[in-house]
Amino acid sequence: MLCDDCKKNEACVHITQISNEGKIEKNLCKDCAEKYGKLMLNTGKDFSVNDFLKGIFSNDGQQMVAESENNELAQAVCPNCGMSYRDFMHTGKIGCSVCYSTFGKRLEPLLRRIHGSSIHNGKIPQRSGGELNVRHELVLLRQKLNAHVANEEYEKAAQFRDQIRELEGQLEHKGQEADK
Amino acid sequence: MSKKELFMNPYVSWMNGSGTDGDVVLSSRVRLARNFCRIPFPNRADMAQLEKVQNLVVSVLPAIEDVTDEPFEEIVLDKLTKLEKNVLIEKHFISSNHIKNPQHRDVLISDDGKVSIMVNEEDHLRIQCMVAGLDVKTPLKLASKIDDAIEAKVDIAFDEKMGYLTSCPTNLGTGLRASVMLHLPGLVFTQQISSIINISPQLGLAVRGLYGEGTEVLGNIFQISNQLTLGFTEQELVDNLTSAVKEIIAQERRARTALKLYSMDKLEDEVWRSFGVLKYAHSLSSKEALSFLSKVRLGMDMGIIKETVPEVFNELLVASRTNYLQNLQENENMSQSEIDKKRAEIVRKALRETSIGE
Repeated sequence: MLCDDCKKNEACVHITQISNEGKIEKNLCKDCAEKYGKLMLNTGKDFSVNDFLKGIFSNDGQQMVAESENNELAQAVCPNCGMSYRDFMHTGKIGCSVCYSTFGKRLEPLLRRIHGSSIHNGKIPQRSGGELNVRHELVLLRQKLNAHVANEEYEKAAQFRDQIRELEGQLEHKGQEADK
Repeated sequence: MSKKELFMNPYVSWMNGSGTDGDVVLSSRVRLARNFCRIPFPNRADMAQLEKVQNLVVSVLPAIEDVTDEPFEEIVLDKLTKLEKNVLIEKHFISSNHIKNPQHRDVLISDDGKVSIMVNEEDHLRIQCMVAGLDVKTPLKLASKIDDAIEAKVDIAFDEKMGYLTSCPTNLGTGLRASVMLHLPGLVFTQQISSIINISPQLGLAVRGLYGEGTEVLGNIFQISNQLTLGFTEQELVDNLTSAVKEIIAQERRARTALKLYSMDKLEDEVWRSFGVLKYAHSLSSKEALSFLSKVRLGMDMGIIKETVPEVFNELLVASRTNYLQNLQENENMSQSEIDKKRAEIVRKALRETSIGE
């Protein structure tokens, strides 16, 4: 029997595939069969983290569609890069920094699933971090203040109290400017 | 480091075999993922937007050079040959993902070879810093300094709750991936490595092969890195990684001692055989070379072989790579047997030149 694909060499590999379209039988020579083998390997190799996310996104997506008939959320489109939630389901990748605020609520459960948390706790950029740096410092100062009070080191505690007042003043000042 | 040295020199500064715990740890690296505000991430950006990112990076380059006190070489990936691009991957300056679509992709490499900044890889910026031995803190400090210098001039995408925004949600938050490259022949030979690989995910760590994600383990070299990036401080992530690595180092040394105690004859035989093959073979495949090199390095670390120096192992890790070899010959069309022959020649030469007291 000759190979079904190249019709030149003797077939030595026989494949029977059963699918929705019915039964397909193929008789292939060694060289042609190898090509099929390679194809199968390649699809396995390129599987990346985005494929996983794609799966998670679309599972969530389907649930959501089922939950809300009008599915306004599913229609949401990022105003900056034009990415839709549907696009996420297809690519598993996020389009731009604005997408995170556009789809923020939807991403939160996913983030918790990946990282076990959805709140950043690390470095804060000095400029774009804005007030966050000050607030972060306030938290630290209050911790120190309490520690000193607990140890009855009131003089040191007073220093921290003054520093805290100053920073709180800064925050208030900024807030007022923003209101104007 | 001139461009020519970058592609032709097998020596990589952060792989010189020195540094803390250098008998087990080859190198430590830190990578920060950063993006500019509003510009779509590279996978969604058009050519003009990618070019805009390139220009922004060029505009902050003087500030980066200033803060690192090192001149940088700007390399446009589109202008490189296929071999040159692959040499950069073999030297860990860029990732294989970075050259998939080379248009408007750059890499900035510092003169001392310890910093490489990938432009328009998965994120707009991937700041990578590396050092020899176990020391994650120094590269983290350096990467953070470079990050500050960039952020002082350009708006970086950041969210109060989610932290630094990245193209892939798995890098969100700190955008930090710290990884340590380990040589673990003892754990492999005593068949304990699988338990290390199985435990690591429970500690939030990932174990991978020599060239990162999805690559095969070659030459008993493993990379271990933090898996999570959100919800922890940079310090916590680095401390967690370091303490786990220290434990692995202790286990590796214990395994080496056990080998010495219980199967010294077999070990000595394997080590010397490998040394013999490397010293005299006239054809070596890439896999073969790494496997023998690993055993010879183990022999050096355990005081079995005193004829050569450990640095030669680290140097040959680069010098025995296929693309580096071909690029050195300036010939993209070498046959497999020509490459294997050349590889054996380079290994023989390196061992001859570094031999002590013969």
